[in-house]
Amino acid sequence: MTLFLQTLPFLLDGLRITLLVSAGVIVLSLLIGVPLGCVLAFGPLWARFPIRIYADFVRGVPILVLLYFVYYGLPAIKVNLPSLTAAIVALTAFKTAQVIEITRGAFQSIPTGQTEAAKSIGLGLVDRFVHVLAPQAIRRFLPPFVNSVVDTVKGSSLVSLLGIVDLMLALQQVIGRTHVALPLYVMGALMYFAINYPLSTLSRRLEKSFI
Amino acid sequence: MTNYHFNFAIVWRYSAKLFEGLLLSIELAIATIAIGMVIGLVLALVEMDGPRWARPFIRGYVEFIRNVPLLLLVYLVFYGVPSAIDLQYDATTSFVVTLAIYSGAYLVEVLRAGFEAVPKGLIEAGKAIGLTPAGVLVHVRIPTALRIALPSLSNTYVSLFKDTSIASAIAVPELAYGMRWIETQTFRTVEVYLLATPIYLITSYAILLLLRLAERRYAITR
Repeated sequence: MTLFLQTLPFLLDGLRITLLVSAGVIVLSLLIGVPLGCVLAFGPLWARFPIRIYADFVRGVPILVLLYFVYYGLPAIKVNLPSLTAAIVALTAFKTAQVIEITRGAFQSIPTGQTEAAKSIGLGLVDRFVHVLAPQAIRRFLPPFVNSVVDTVKGSSLVSLLGIVDLMLALQQVIGRTHVALPLYVMGALMYFAINYPLSTLSRRLEKSFI
Repeated sequence: MTNYHFNFAIVWRYSAKLFEGLLLSIELAIATIAIGMVIGLVLALVEMDGPRWARPFIRGYVEFIRNVPLLLLVYLVFYGVPSAIDLQYDATTSFVVTLAIYSGAYLVEVLRAGFEAVPKGLIEAGKAIGLTPAGVLVHVRIPTALRIALPSLSNTYVSLFKDTSIASAIAVPELAYGMRWIETQTFRTVEVYLLATPIYLITSYAILLLLRLAERRYAITR
């Protein structure tokens, strides 16, 4: 018990980095992914094509490979990023592809009758989007998005492999020093669980109440 | 691009590491999917038809596994468990066990949705032609549920293949490990990634394509 209390501040420092990385990735991928997803749903073919390629490319490669590529590969062409930036860039690149897909799916699942009805009562393009499409799309967007936030927090543990002291690496370091492995791993698992479980539950709730 | 001089020859000399790695990645994926499907099928059935007291345990397993990073589970099984109990196993076995337990938690959900979607009339028809409950299970419910769940199963399988890359963290010599190994041997970073990334990409989509072909043949859309 005293061991847990002694290691806790150290683990909480790691947890802060985990949360920082996750939050950064989520905000950035929303800012980039939602507009691109809208283009993928409504845009002209020439604009959809590169986005489609990007999303399919990123989703076909493991996150770990993307992380290594940004951190170890890009310096070879003189793009040197500090590890934390590299981690956020790589995870954002991955998450953006997912956000693009979720956004596209959210808009495309709205029945075309909705657009037709909006047109027939005389709404313009902007009004159709603001008053008819967007409110419905958000309801379809949120459940899978909150679920993908859980994946982001889980995926952020991979940044430990670049030497960033997040919760995962803090845990490894504490175990290296104390040689108490199993109880500390379980404790770390419970810390991740404590963040992710409420999010998973929220996602399920949203799904039930929205759809 | 600056004045980077590509040298694929030196990387190509080590390319066997990549292809052996790819083979191991695929083997890892197949082994974990096989075990994970058994876990998923059994637990999905127990959750639906089994005793009431079993349900909280299955929910607990599913919720715990799905909310904890795979990397942590990999470390927990490989470093944590042997430190507490007297049990020795190599990294590959350890990873297969971990990923199977991990995939099981996702497959339970996918398969349960499949079972729940089996039309009632089909089960009644099975009973009507004189099948025992076990017969209905084997000949009606399981095949139908699998066919209904097939599209979701495909997606899970592909992401499991990608998840095998995490095995490199405990030095299982699969594709991502081979990639890092060549990189540290040759320092030809860009070339290694230009070779390894398409290997992942092509394999992921090849798996997806094969599964989509299977879907066209077998999937039941409602």
